[in-house]
Order: sequence, then C-alpha cells, then structure tokens
Amino acid sequence: MRMLYQSQRAMRAKRQEAMRRGVIAILDIGSYKTSCLVLRFASTDEMRPTDGVGAMAGQSSFRVIGAATTRSRGVKFGEIETVQETERAIRTAVQAAQKMANIRVDHVIVSFSGARPRSYGLVGEVSLQTGTVVEQDVARALAACEMPDIGEGREVLHAHPVNFALDHRSGLKDPRGHVGNRLSADMHMLTIEAHAIETLLYCVKRCDLELAGVASSPYTAGISSLVEDEQELGAACVDMGGGSTGVSIFIKKHMIYADTVRMGGDHVTSDISQGLQIPAGDAERIKTRFGGLVATGMDDRERIELESDTGDWEHDRRSISRAELIGVMRPRVEEILEEVRGIMEDAGFDHLPSQRIVLTGGGSQVPGLDQLASRILGNQVRLGRPLRVQGLPQSACGPAFSACVGLALFAAYPQDEWWDFEVPADKYPARSLRRAVRWFRDNW
Amino acid sequence: MRPLIHRRRDVQHRDPAPSKWAYRVQRLWLTPLFRSLLRVGLPAFLIVGGVGLYASDPANIRRVQDSVAEVRRSIEERPEFRVTLMSISGATPVLAEEIRATLSLDFPMSSFDLDLVSLRDRIEGIRAVASAELRIRSHGELAVAVVERRPAMVWQAREGLWVIDGTGQRVAPLLARPRLIDLPAISGDGANAAAGEALALFHAAQSLGDRLQGLVRVGERRWDVVLTEGPRILLPADNPVPTLDRVLALHDAQELLDRDVVRVDLRDADRTVLQLTPQAMAELRRMRALEETMGERNG
Repeated sequence: MRMLYQSQRAMRAKRQEAMRRGVIAILDIGSYKTSCLVLRFASTDEMRPTDGVGAMAGQSSFRVIGAATTRSRGVKFGEIETVQETERAIRTAVQAAQKMANIRVDHVIVSFSGARPRSYGLVGEVSLQTGTVVEQDVARALAACEMPDIGEGREVLHAHPVNFALDHRSGLKDPRGHVGNRLSADMHMLTIEAHAIETLLYCVKRCDLELAGVASSPYTAGISSLVEDEQELGAACVDMGGGSTGVSIFIKKHMIYADTVRMGGDHVTSDISQGLQIPAGDAERIKTRFGGLVATGMDDRERIELESDTGDWEHDRRSISRAELIGVMRPRVEEILEEVRGIMEDAGFDHLPSQRIVLTGGGSQVPGLDQLASRILGNQVRLGRPLRVQGLPQSACGPAFSACVGLALFAAYPQDEWWDFEVPADKYPARSLRRAVRWFRDNW
Repeated sequence: MRPLIHRRRDVQHRDPAPSKWAYRVQRLWLTPLFRSLLRVGLPAFLIVGGVGLYASDPANIRRVQDSVAEVRRSIEERPEFRVTLMSISGATPVLAEEIRATLSLDFPMSSFDLDLVSLRDRIEGIRAVASAELRIRSHGELAVAVVERRPAMVWQAREGLWVIDGTGQRVAPLLARPRLIDLPAISGDGANAAAGEALALFHAAQSLGDRLQGLVRVGERRWDVVLTEGPRILLPADNPVPTLDRVLALHDAQELLDRDVVRVDLRDADRTVLQLTPQAMAELRRMRALEETMGERNG
C-alpha cells in the first residue's frame, strides 16, 4: 500500500512534468488495437481547473497532434500476454504518432481493460479538531478508510473520493470550509492484478518511455462517451472491446463501480471462424462487413461467399446466407450482454435514479446491437461515441476510440485520487520524525 | 485442383513494427536539440574545421591568393576593359603635350589599373589647367576634357615674371610663353591676389592706351598706376576704379596727365595732392613772386 502510494505520487509528478513540457502521449492497449495519441497542452495557465465546465467542455487546453493505431499483438483479454510482441505494437503506434506530431514524447499514460478489476467502496470517518474542514482533514478522513482484504497479488489502480458527509449532511463534493464535527468520506477503490501492471511497466520501459499514469479503460471510456447529465444522474458505460467488455457505472460525475466481462469481439470472430470453418482473418472481415444481430427476411436472400484456397472445390466455393452469420454471432453477443447485466445487478444499478446505458467500443458497431441490448439490459440504451477532441483525425472519432479519447480527457483533467492528498502527519513513519529531531539537535 | 490464377505472394511478410534501433534512432532524430545540432551545428563545424585545416598551411593560403589574383588578372586583361589611347580636348597643343608628359601612361593598359581620381588630381596640378574631367569611353579611349586657364596679365613677382589668369592663378612663367609679353603688366607683392581689381582698372584705363605702363601693388593694399611720360597715379585702397575715372575725367578736361606733374596722389578722397616737378615748382614760385610784386606796384 505504501509502495503504491509512493509510485502513484511519482507518476503524478511525471505527469505534471510532462504537462509543463506541453507534450504527453496517450496509449490505449487493447486486445484488438493499440492506439497512441500525442497531446499538446496549450499552457500551464490554462490548465488551472475552473469552477464548473470551462470552454469547450473543458477541452480547449489540449490538442491532439499525433494519432496512430496499429493492430495489437500479444494481448489477450486486455492483458499483456507476450511482452515482446506487445512491445513491438507499442513501438509501431508510438513511432507513427511521433512521426505525425513531429515531436518526441517521453511520457505516456496507459490504459488497459483487463487484469480483472474489482471495485470496493470504502468509508472513513474522522472527528474534526477545529470546526472548519481543511484539506488536512480530508486527507485524514481518506486515510481513515479501512483497507479491505483485496487479495494476494493485487494492486490499487484508482482510489477516488466520491462523496463526503459532514455530520448528517451527505453528498458534499468538496467539504473544505464547511463547519461540523465529524467528517466521513466515501471512497471508490479499483484494484487489479499486480502482475498486469508490472508487465505493463516493463513493456513501457523497454520502449524508452516513462509511465506517467495508468487508468482502467472502462473508466476512461465512461469519461468520454457519457455526456454530462448522464454522468451526473447515473449511467453505465459498456465498452465492448476486442478481448474484454468493460462496464463502468457513474453517478455524480464519479465512477462508483467497474468490472469487466472477459469476452469481446474476438470471441465473436472465433465463433464465426469455428462455426463456418474459415480462417480468423476472413472471419473478422465477414463479421465487420456483413455482421448483424437481428435477422430479417432479406438476410436469407443475401449470400456471403466464403472463398478460400485449399484446393477442395466444394470447400472453396461455399456460401452462406447473412441470416446464418447472424445466427452464429447473436448467441455470443447475447452471452456477453447477459454477463453485463449480471455485473450491473451486482453493482446495484437498479437503485440508481437514472438507468441510462451507453454502449461504446469497437464491438458496439454491430448493426442491431441497440435492439438486442435494450431487450437484455433495459430500455434506456443508446450507442455512444466519444467526445470530440480538438485535432483528432476523423479515423479516430469512432466508438472504438472512446477509451483512448477518455484517457486524453483523463490526462488533461485528472480526478482527485487518494494519493493527491498529503499523508497526514501522524501517519508518517516514526523514523522520519526521529530524523527531524536529530536534524534539530545537530543544528542547534 | 491447382489454382489456375497465379497469385503472387509476398516472399516474407514483413513485420510492420520498427526494430528497436530504428525506433531509438527516430526518437533521437525527433529530439529538437539533437536535430538542430545535426542540421546546423554539424555542417557549421565541418565547414569551419575544413576551412581552418586548409588555412593552417601558409602554402595553401598563397595558392588561393595566387589563383584569385590570376582570375582577377584574366578578367582585367579582357579586351573590353583595355584602354588604348588618350584623347585630350580643350587644351592647346603645348598644354596637351605637357599633360601627356605628366601622366606618362603606358598604353595599352586595363581600365582597372587607372585611378581616374588621382589622374585628375595630377592633371589639375598643372598650373595651366583650371579643371579637368576624365572619362573612359567605349573602344578603350581615355577622354580628358580640360578647361585651360586664360592668360590675362603678366605679373612681375619677386621670383620672376609670371603669366596669370583673371583670378590671379599662375598659368606659366613668362619665359615659357614669350608671346604673351604684350599682356598688361602688374607688379608688387600680392598683386596676383587682387587680379580682378587690376583687370577692372585696366578696363577703366583703356583710354590711356599705350601710355599705361602697368599697375604696381603697394603694401598689398592699393594700386599705383604707372604711365610712360606722365605722373604716377596713387589710387586709394577703397574704390580705386571710380577714383581712376575721376582722374581720367580731369585729364580729359584739363589734360592733367600731360602737365608737368610727378604724382597725382588720390589716397585721401577729400584732397587731391599733386606733386610737381622741381622746374614746375620753381616756375610756380617765380610766378607767385611776380604776382606779389605786381600787386604791390599796383597797390
């Protein structure tokens, strides 16, 4: 815990340094594609957070000057599986983005979806020494949260204070300056498997880059594809990626829950490949070109040629109807959506005031997904695209880039995390106090 | 069945990922400092270093200087820049000969070697030349346009006889121009400085004709008019010409200058003083004494 606190603070310092330099890279390592954006920040003055929403929804301060996407290699279920292959993919993306931006980037913020994220809600409570809440009190309240047993080999990825309560008043966003007796803080903590983050660190280091931050991609996808009032009133973002499907639930502009289904578009492709006995590349092509989820009478008449080059006439000259393809794809997508519904039930999504569900990610581009999803998840389903960001090329504006764009927004406007607050003085180790005393004795 | 259409396949599917070194080199190249160093610093260093290395050997410097001089010479010696003759206009043959002798140019020569300003200074150094204008014309002609000084008077200076022009500048010694002996003569120290006044006096005294021998400058201040067989006229320093006119008017009326007078002194404008010859003076006295006795007798 202590180590993580230090390393997160170090990453934050690196991020601030990169902001000062004005250039930072965004790297979204997905199972299907790895994309890299190079952001240029206008100036440090404009970076100051303003009250409410600034100009252009607060995105006017940065601009995308380089963007590149490459096929991911060696990533399964959103986790790095083969380090060397992933490293090559990262190098390809970073090099192309650097070339487009015509500038060298040293700091990179990474998001990934896998590594089994798990959410915890924590509560910490302290009594105030003075009547007024100061920042130190907030830090103490956060530090007073009882650490749950997150399991062996897991690390904390995010720890957001989501709500503050002072005596009997709850729902405070910023308790500083309020007067009361007891301050309690609700914190949302997201843990992931430690090996994933260590592998990621290793990969990034091998590419001569410095890791300036890590984010979970369900979270970043939610940042970019949920609009303001959805984030405020409560909504779920379903990020349908290649290897995993991330679910994040937002309310009052804070993420309160995140989880992933370890299934995604790649599984649909492999179903097609196995079911129709065609190579995976052809299956991917057929899925993106003819795929669908709701069959109509017209689809029976539309034939899809399955060309191959095996030398067997019968095998090479097969064709299927589109309805058959839909028949292969639909059960898998239904399975994914069922899992998503299970996660939402676990999270208590039914109790939120608004139950908006936004489908985003590359997998959400399948025609008919909104109909299927509204049948499984509920009525309030819409397809989401990421927010528009200055300078983003047209090719990177689709729903497949919502995690990437969200990461850019996350880099520009990071949410307060637990490690952004100073450690309360009484939590410092005794050794440093002894050292301070010795220093005084030596000098006076 | 074997496929009938021959599909060309890539022999090796190339990995799109850059190699580690290609990636590093590209990152290095995108570093602004490195880039500016390589694009500006390195060529500048190479040029400075190369030139310095080459120039460190004196033989190389000499060779460069020689070749530069060679190229310069080959340009200068082109026929377009060659000057083959000098034409002098506005000068008498004697003066033209003198100018040629002074310049003593060795034609043909390159126009680059001609310093026209210094040549003009040398030509204008000749006394007989008032001003000169030099110009290189096409077909290799050096045209010298000279304005000569016009001889106006002969000045008898301490060091000899000089022919001078209207402004008093010496044109030549009289010995070099014996034909000019008939010019009106002036003498005295500083006479040439007042040459304009002298000319005006000569002009006023035209009626005297050959009787006018010349003007003498006295004390670098005023003029004496010297006549043959006649008095010496002493003019004042101020307004000498009207005074001379007055004398000439007197002469016309009373034939003053034909009388027995040694000098007519007009230095004081209020009083004209005549100095008579001793005979005339004696005669005057005799006549006055006669008048007195006649008066006593009559009285």
